[in-house]
Amino acid sequence: MIPELGHFALVLALVLALVQAIVPMIGASRNRLALMAVGRPAAQGQFFFILFSYACLTWAFIQSDFSVQLAAANSHSATPLMYKITGVWGNHEGSLLLWAMSLSLWTVAVTVFSRNLPDAFVARVLGVLGWVSTGFLSFLLVTSNPFERLLPAVPDGRDLNPLLQDPGMIIHPPLLYMGYVGFSVAFAFAIAALLSGRLDAAWARWSRPWTTVAWVFLTAGIAIGSGWAYYELGWGGWWFWDPVENASFMPWLLGTALMHSLAVTEKRGAFRSWTVLLAISAFSLSLLGTFIVRSGVITSVHAFATDPKRGLFILALLVIVIGVSLLLYAWRAPKLGGGGSFSLVSRETSLLGNNVLLSVASASVLLGTMYPLFLDALGMGKISVGPPYFESVFIPLMTPVVVLMMFGPFLRWKDDDLAKAVRKVAPAFVASVLIGLGTAYAVDHVSWRTVLGLSLAAWVVLASILLLVGRITERAGAAMGARLRSITAAWWGMWLAHLGVGVFIIGVTLVGSLEAHVDVKMQNGQHAELAGYTFTFRGVRDADGPNYDAARATIDVTRGERAIATLTPEKRLYLAQGMPMTEASIDIGPFRDVYVSLGEQIEDGSWIVSIYYKPFISWIWLGCIMMGLGGVFAAADRRYRRLAAREATVAANQRVA
Amino acid sequence: MKARSKRLMLVGGGVALLVAAVALVLSAFQQNLVFFHTPSEVAEGKAPTGKTFRVGGMVEEGSIRREADGLTVSFAITDTARVIPVSYRGTLPDLFKEGKGAVVQGKLEADGTFRATEVLAKHDENYMPPEAAHAVEQAAKAAETVSQ
Repeated sequence: MIPELGHFALVLALVLALVQAIVPMIGASRNRLALMAVGRPAAQGQFFFILFSYACLTWAFIQSDFSVQLAAANSHSATPLMYKITGVWGNHEGSLLLWAMSLSLWTVAVTVFSRNLPDAFVARVLGVLGWVSTGFLSFLLVTSNPFERLLPAVPDGRDLNPLLQDPGMIIHPPLLYMGYVGFSVAFAFAIAALLSGRLDAAWARWSRPWTTVAWVFLTAGIAIGSGWAYYELGWGGWWFWDPVENASFMPWLLGTALMHSLAVTEKRGAFRSWTVLLAISAFSLSLLGTFIVRSGVITSVHAFATDPKRGLFILALLVIVIGVSLLLYAWRAPKLGGGGSFSLVSRETSLLGNNVLLSVASASVLLGTMYPLFLDALGMGKISVGPPYFESVFIPLMTPVVVLMMFGPFLRWKDDDLAKAVRKVAPAFVASVLIGLGTAYAVDHVSWRTVLGLSLAAWVVLASILLLVGRITERAGAAMGARLRSITAAWWGMWLAHLGVGVFIIGVTLVGSLEAHVDVKMQNGQHAELAGYTFTFRGVRDADGPNYDAARATIDVTRGERAIATLTPEKRLYLAQGMPMTEASIDIGPFRDVYVSLGEQIEDGSWIVSIYYKPFISWIWLGCIMMGLGGVFAAADRRYRRLAAREATVAANQRVA
Repeated sequence: MKARSKRLMLVGGGVALLVAAVALVLSAFQQNLVFFHTPSEVAEGKAPTGKTFRVGGMVEEGSIRREADGLTVSFAITDTARVIPVSYRGTLPDLFKEGKGAVVQGKLEADGTFRATEVLAKHDENYMPPEAAHAVEQAAKAAETVSQ
């Protein structure tokens, strides 16, 4: 009964989505307030029904109701409660439902935080979001019904894929989806602006916090996914340029470009068409990403053949979204008019340069991800594009981005004197190159990659310091406290996020150049050495869990006489699927991780052990945290609230008049 | 500088940047493609020597053998028609088993052994790497053509 209720609630949500898609749009074009006002309650009602439906599905998982196909395929009576709950989104149908739910949550957020925006504009934004939701809910209902019954019911389920039975699974997908889907708000704002013809600084100011928050979610989601892969896959890598990762990285790159382009549109009114195009592209890539991950195109191109309905629906939805928005863009964009003019040497130019580079980077990831799929789909042979391609493209593309990123803030808007700006940063630039060279010599790893990476990181750090000092000394005379207080949250956000990029580069460079790895055969009491650490194997014993059997090794790590850690890597066998899993054990430190994973046992009773030394790897995630926090500061800037309040007063006065 | 020539410089600079970036991307793409070959193609000498490529198929039953060091493994990959000997040093993926699908990436040695630098197996019990499935399919097709 409960699954049917969930199914029915989903149908009701679809009906409300259609209402939300059509009625406010008509209201906006005919200027009828009553029709526009339908948008908010329709969106909120839709959220209620999707939430209810989601709760019903979760109930089926918790109760181990194996007459529901999805629960039978992705859960098991012995699965820990946490993974029963998260197992709901560990599959195609459930994760699409989570997608629809995050979209609905964002829409509700728009209904709540848009009190100060013009009614017609909000009506159009909700209308666009309603259409997106309609597309998704019908996709769910027509091709991927999560409440499909399995009759007769099976006695027990097949369990969730063991790789997904991990704390990472609890937070990674929801965060990632909040990020992916969050770009739909920026997209809806852009389409609403195209429809109304109002595409000005105020529009950019409204879009900015939404875009930034979505970007923060996406950053956090990607970073957690990367951390998860690092400790769960058992071989110490943190990024694999895997199509699934690329699917989230492409919208991130364009989202980053969009945030910066919106800044220019707000401050200077320039780049309007470009900003709109970025908003459309970022969301299209989010959709493309969701679909290539979720349609099974990636694990096997033949998923299209096994269920052609799903594949076709996906393609149709993509073509409609991209096609309609680009048509609208082609029709309306020429009428938008240019923005403020700017000279060749200005902050605008530096931001434009980075925008172009980020877009090219995103396009190169798209090429590397999609080309093999196309070739295969057309039957023209099988190829794969691996990390070497992405690395050889990314280093040259990102180097100028990082240099410009720290140079741009020194330039004034509109017009500046190049010679003066260069004089300001030249010492820092030269010092960075020297630091890069010096550090590479000091760590005894002089390759062009190490030198480049360390120089870039030094450049980011030194330029950040210069920037802060410049900002503080700008207002001579005032007290230090007053000077610091005069700096806005948005500025701190920018500063911290950019510094985060530097920290990230330090992590990537040092772990890339200095990491060490050895595979050894070990028996009780045997030692192995790596990077100055001694690893002593203390035997293996049983450590069975609720739904798996496990062998747990104990390995003592010492450095000279000093005990560092006792690591306990496991080899598990998940019973329901008979699937083996490697559970690595890591001693995390600020300057290095020591990482051990257990291979297989061989005939003579000894075990294969993989030992990794990962210097500075935590800095990768520290950098991501700083970027994310920077985004939080930027979105929390008082300016948005103050201006919103002022606009509300103006709007209220107009209404009274 | 006039507004027009300024814009011209901006656009020109942008286009030059774009062209350089696209050229970089395409050349990197060209150099780093990894092609896939079936065991039959490798056995017939259609695969290049000294260049990295991928081979996929089933791990032949009874073919996994460990060297004395315990770390070097040799096994054979087959598409049911031809068999390619593979050697690999390192830890194997959890789901690497005899009789199951696998894809190896590496180079072909002069003696006909494939020296793998990477071994990919599936992510769950049901999933067969598409390349491996493809190789077996091709071999089955070829066998049909021969018997007819």
